[in-house]
Amino acid sequence: MAFIPHTPDDIARMLEVIGVRSIDDLFDEIPGELRAGVLGVPPALSEMEVGRLLADRAASDGRPLNFIGAGAYEHHIPAPVWAIATRGEFYSAYTPYQAEASQGTLQLIYEYQSMICALTGMEASNASLYDGASALAEACLMAVRANRAASSRRILLPRAVNPTYAQVAKSIAGNQGIVFEAVDFDRAAGRTLLESLQPYSGQDVTALVIQQPNFFGSLEEIDALTDWAHENKILLIAVVNPISLALLKAPGQWGTRTGGMQGADIVCGEGQPLGVPLAGGGPYFGFMATRMQYVRQMPGRIVGRTLDTEGRPGFSLTLQAREQHIRRSKATSNICTNQGLMVTAATIYMSLLGAAGLERVAAASLQRTADLVAALSRVPGVRPAFTAPRFHEAVLLLDRPVAPVLGALARSGIFGGLDLADRYPELGHALLVCATETKLEADIDAYSGALADVMNPSRAAA
Amino acid sequence: MPELQLREPLIFELSKPGRQAGTQFPPRVAGSADIPAHLRRASPPMLPEVSELQAVRHFTRLSQMNFSIDTHFYPLGSCTMKYNPKACNTFAMLPEFLGRHPLGPEPQGFLACMYELQEMLQEITGMRGVSLTPMAGAQGEFAGVAMIRAYHRARNDMARNEIIVPQAAHGTNPATAAMCGCIVKEIPCDENGDVDIDALKAAVSPATAAIMLTNPSTLGVFEYKITEVARIVHEAGGLLYYDGANLNAILGKVRPGDMGFDVIHMNLHKTFSTPHGGGGPGSGAVGVGARLLPFLPIPVVGKDGARFRWLAERDLPQSIGRLSGFMGNSGVNLRAYIYMRLLGREGMVRVAEFAALNANYLMKRLQAAGFEAAYPARRASHEFIITLKRENRLYQVTAMDVAKRLLDYGFHAPTTYFPLLVPECLLIEPTETEAKEDLDRFCDAMIAIRREMEQDPEKLSSAPHTMPVRRLDDVRAAKQLDLAWKPAA
Repeated sequence: MAFIPHTPDDIARMLEVIGVRSIDDLFDEIPGELRAGVLGVPPALSEMEVGRLLADRAASDGRPLNFIGAGAYEHHIPAPVWAIATRGEFYSAYTPYQAEASQGTLQLIYEYQSMICALTGMEASNASLYDGASALAEACLMAVRANRAASSRRILLPRAVNPTYAQVAKSIAGNQGIVFEAVDFDRAAGRTLLESLQPYSGQDVTALVIQQPNFFGSLEEIDALTDWAHENKILLIAVVNPISLALLKAPGQWGTRTGGMQGADIVCGEGQPLGVPLAGGGPYFGFMATRMQYVRQMPGRIVGRTLDTEGRPGFSLTLQAREQHIRRSKATSNICTNQGLMVTAATIYMSLLGAAGLERVAAASLQRTADLVAALSRVPGVRPAFTAPRFHEAVLLLDRPVAPVLGALARSGIFGGLDLADRYPELGHALLVCATETKLEADIDAYSGALADVMNPSRAAA
Repeated sequence: MPELQLREPLIFELSKPGRQAGTQFPPRVAGSADIPAHLRRASPPMLPEVSELQAVRHFTRLSQMNFSIDTHFYPLGSCTMKYNPKACNTFAMLPEFLGRHPLGPEPQGFLACMYELQEMLQEITGMRGVSLTPMAGAQGEFAGVAMIRAYHRARNDMARNEIIVPQAAHGTNPATAAMCGCIVKEIPCDENGDVDIDALKAAVSPATAAIMLTNPSTLGVFEYKITEVARIVHEAGGLLYYDGANLNAILGKVRPGDMGFDVIHMNLHKTFSTPHGGGGPGSGAVGVGARLLPFLPIPVVGKDGARFRWLAERDLPQSIGRLSGFMGNSGVNLRAYIYMRLLGREGMVRVAEFAALNANYLMKRLQAAGFEAAYPARRASHEFIITLKRENRLYQVTAMDVAKRLLDYGFHAPTTYFPLLVPECLLIEPTETEAKEDLDRFCDAMIAIRREMEQDPEKLSSAPHTMPVRRLDDVRAAKQLDLAWKPAA
């Protein structure tokens, strides 16, 4: 029997202790008419058979050369990361409620929180949320609790923010009466237009969301945007890529001190680039950090360092009075589990890379993307869409619909990027591409060569 | 008992300027790409600088400071800490699955697994449709209540804004209702742990959106009157929400759809044995009856002829929308799929059978040893409650003391102080994967602790004695917040 250790003798002795004749008697409180018949699911397979099935299916999906980013990024993952994260002591432990028996996980989360604070330039981090998109939704809900100066529940959400994040924020936060207002972007530069915020100056607005780099890969003028928000008593929610923070200004330093406090008020984002595999979309993790003054409004688990009864340092879950198991309907969120194992991987990843390694990853990604854009733009019919400086993604404009081009590339084993036709029809035939440090010169050559063949078949024949 | 005083410095304290794990650094790439000065970082982030071995040893040593299923019996009630088969992880980590970008062309091999997982979950729960998108139980709950709200609104039944929740419910139930903009109405349970039917009848009204129920309840007993509860709520125009926290107890024995439930969330990290990972990632798939089908969160896997594809906005225009950046915790769902294929039809029924056998056996043995069951007249489901209110009166020991002392005996503590309505309680869930010998060893430890209560209660109140730390000062933790390391000034 799969994973059941009982021998017939065990069963007989246990039934005797319980005082019933059969295991079925243990279910005699379930009304007979409700009892299920035989389940319509397939019979059991052995591990060998399941292994074969999964290996065949995995093989049919292949291992394409990937140039898609759009919120999930392919980076090298050091071998120790998952070798350690999948140790049973991390993999098969529960949320660290029994602090004394969970010091490993708790200390690791404290180290993680410290690293997220260091990267973002903020004072307090939680122990993670589900993913980047849902982290933004939680950040919006948190902003409503934190911004006492505003009562409108109105949040400004630029169109240059990942459109899926916008959808998720609406699905999750929309039920609590939050209204999202779109803010346009500069068609030439590919970044949020400060002028399009002006109509909201002096109005009752809860928060402004800024993604850096934005969905197009362009860098926003974060200082001016942050100052505008604070001058208008609007909280600034920063959505950032953690790898980019090795090079880019930490959100805690955005803006100047005039007109309010310096820096973003809530920082969140997708943690996947930090050692978590693409894995078809999850599990990833969302991170979130804030100022100490808002820490009691932050959702999710938080670990603190304290002392034990003998005065030695130790770690425990803290500020639990915010949470559902204590506050019930008054909790900051219904969230319980976070993405602990992903945080474990990310903490090991950041420890192995350190600031110098992360900077190397970020700089290599920046350069590879510049090389990719240059190489693809040499193909007739392809040009960059925007002029703003960028990090590791860019929008290209094609002289024809993108979908058939991507289809042809996929048939030669290349995922050439994301077609933006559904998300931004006004851009025309726009393609979002990404290259990280994992893409070598030969990969970029392979892509530009294949694209030239697809765009200009006569060249391929020649 | 040997004194194990495992201590490990913070990784920051191992750090030394200039040290690095150089193999992990990508090669430098020549070129002139740069970031404009005013957008650049001023100084490098304070991350540790350690060698690869230092990092490996540090995190390995931290892992050794944890209790886990792989190392300890972990009878944490309501959490279903059963064996997480290694095969599930090994096969889910095949390089083709791990390397797959979620926005590429639809991967037929992976989607075949997800489609079959949806079908199996649908069959097991007696539902008509399943979405795998919610990333944890709490998000599954959110999806469920949001669908209920969308259903009433689509019928122009705008006044239905109340969610009825029994007192014994998980804290997430009222928190979720609030997140969906609903009002929570709590109703009491009777002395047998069942929903108080009179209170329910008084609570339903034209404002009732739904009732959220866990069955078997958090009190560890099967709700006998479920058919009557379903009738009362449905007749009042409300829907029934099934919190799948305790699905392990009834797998293959009774299906929530057959009990009258309209929507269910499942904790794949409990019933279908995906890892808890020290607090996630979980997966909170939702199943629905016919009425809620149009509202399922997207994306859902569909099939056109022989081809699998994601169904999204165009296919499900009334959907409550997206809850994650991509497709939920795909890798967790894949582990659940592998587990279900390993169990198969017969294996699934045995899950409930042996979970119930272990729980009822352990309850009887602990009762025989003098512990008081909270609901002695009832069968245990897959878990049961011991109340220590008598021991508390006689020896001034608390449920927390017993929990901490169990750690010294090498057992993870049961859930303490939940459900809130049973004083000094331990909620004990052994799961089906534990052998009789391990249950017996746990009983022996409880008997020994009982003796200590009488002879040396200080042993309990000062426990644990053998962990890396003694009891921690939670008040200090919350008052003098220390949430991140800072270098000494």
